[in-house]
Amino acid sequence: MATEEALSNGNETDWSDRYYHIDQILDKPGPRTDPSFLAGEEVKRFLRETCKILVIGAGGLGCEILANLALSGFKDIHVIDMDTIDISNLNRQFLFRPKDVGKSKAIVAAEFIMNRVPGVKVTPYFGRIQDKDEEYYMQFNLVICGLDSVEARRWINATLVHMVDPDEPESLKPLIDGGTEGFKGQARVILPTVTSCYECSLDMLNKQTAFPICTIANTPRLPEHCIEWASVLEWPRVFKDKKMDTDDPEHIGWLYKTASSRAKEFKIEGVTWSLTQGVVKNIIPAIASTNAIIAASCCNEAFKIATSSAAYLNNYFMLIGTDGVYSFTFEHQKRDDCPVCGGQAITVNVSKEWTLERLIEMLVEKQDVQIKKPSLATPKRQLYFQAPPQLEELTRPNLEKTLSELVDDGEYITVTASSLPFDLTLQVKYD
Amino acid sequence: MIKIWSMKKNEDAAAKRRPKTSAAQIRVQKDLTELELSSTMKTHFPDPTDLLNFTLTITPDEGMYKGGAFVFSVNINTNYPHEPPKVKCTQTIYHPNVDLEGNVCLNILREDWKPVLNLNSVLVGLQYLFLEPNADDPLNKDAAEELRKNREQFIQNVKTSMRGGNMRGVQYDKVIVQ
Repeated sequence: MATEEALSNGNETDWSDRYYHIDQILDKPGPRTDPSFLAGEEVKRFLRETCKILVIGAGGLGCEILANLALSGFKDIHVIDMDTIDISNLNRQFLFRPKDVGKSKAIVAAEFIMNRVPGVKVTPYFGRIQDKDEEYYMQFNLVICGLDSVEARRWINATLVHMVDPDEPESLKPLIDGGTEGFKGQARVILPTVTSCYECSLDMLNKQTAFPICTIANTPRLPEHCIEWASVLEWPRVFKDKKMDTDDPEHIGWLYKTASSRAKEFKIEGVTWSLTQGVVKNIIPAIASTNAIIAASCCNEAFKIATSSAAYLNNYFMLIGTDGVYSFTFEHQKRDDCPVCGGQAITVNVSKEWTLERLIEMLVEKQDVQIKKPSLATPKRQLYFQAPPQLEELTRPNLEKTLSELVDDGEYITVTASSLPFDLTLQVKYD
Repeated sequence: MIKIWSMKKNEDAAAKRRPKTSAAQIRVQKDLTELELSSTMKTHFPDPTDLLNFTLTITPDEGMYKGGAFVFSVNINTNYPHEPPKVKCTQTIYHPNVDLEGNVCLNILREDWKPVLNLNSVLVGLQYLFLEPNADDPLNKDAAEELRKNREQFIQNVKTSMRGGNMRGVQYDKVIVQ
């Protein structure tokens, strides 16, 4: 193939027809392409030279996502992961080898992709997404998540929604979120503040399997009951306030031993080391092919959004592979009472000399908000709480204070009240 | 890149930048400030700037636990309301659904928790445990068995325990008010 030759020249990482197949899509518009699609060199230049994409998670989904993006022509990829490589990852996280066990997933994955796909720059960060500030996230055009935690998803979603600045179009970063659980998976496109966000759909999440605590305590029937007994009841009884570290083999060992003797007592079979670890860490067996399908879907969306070459997913794709193959795509609706992207935000122009009480009176009287008994807080402090009594008493003296003592110019106040769907954001501007 | 901004133009609601208060924090503010505390329930915040950790004191005004003050610690983590608050009884009490370590058997605190539930539901649930102790979901097996077999004796045991008595080698905390 021509590949070898071009590469050995050393002066150019691209070779002729490297992107032959992808260019079929990018060189000319189709009947359904968006009118803003700029076929030809311009879109290729954007994809291959300008577009900067962030991949969050370099695990099961992350490895697939990184490989797909690199092979689709994204060349400036960043990746964040706080985890190190475990031997159990190697069956599906194909960027890692036995020699990499214990090393950072982000760093090893980045090196692997760069070695394998010439001309692609992958910048790793070994750490938590929470370590990075808005300035960091602002540099990307797109964010793709392959995460295993609800908490991390809620955080990045809230951060991206919060970053949207009405005066700055570039501040709106499309978020593509992939997730898998065994044979099931989902891919979604979130356009912060425009479409429904991750928080809007929080009530759709499956509950973690939890057993009634009395079953665990009295009538265990399953090995899981014995393990939960060890971790939920025995650990705090024996070790008091000592925190359980589910990554510490000694802790897992103690739980395993304790659960095993409990199982023996009740003649229950099946308590193993790996089940113990699975139950306390809430591990759901990962299926490599589910990850491949979901990652592929996420990367297709990233490609379409980055190039405008085809209509993108609106906005939720789910895959259920447990009973044959079933998939369904629908538009998940934005929730008015979403604590992250819903609710009203209004700016009020007031005098510095106003008391907090006067501001509250204004809110109650304001026709377009109609709030009854509002409670107010800034991100830094409580201003006035209607309940419970202790906090009402503590914040009552604030009512007499002037606003300038409590709130800075331009600061935001979170207002909650039972008459509001969720909350109201108030930005205070002084005259 | 797609032109998302053109869609954005039509969206007036939520168009303004919002403060970076976490969803959990706002939800806790909402839950707390809308609590309907009856005269039998009282919250205490050891650190009033920390809304995520507080105690709840229940003083039942009827039922067999009347006259006692039962103190629970409530701990909310940043994954609220995806995860339920953690509730523990801080005293050693004699109750079929509370063990001697303070663990509470209340379905909505574990297997039946849903994000649509709120702190009020939890408080009402706890209060109900003192009005109707439930022998079918025992955490303290002895207490549950007593309640099922001999209600009069159970009530006697509750009284003894609430006075800070010792039964079957267990020293209970005195929870009687006054």
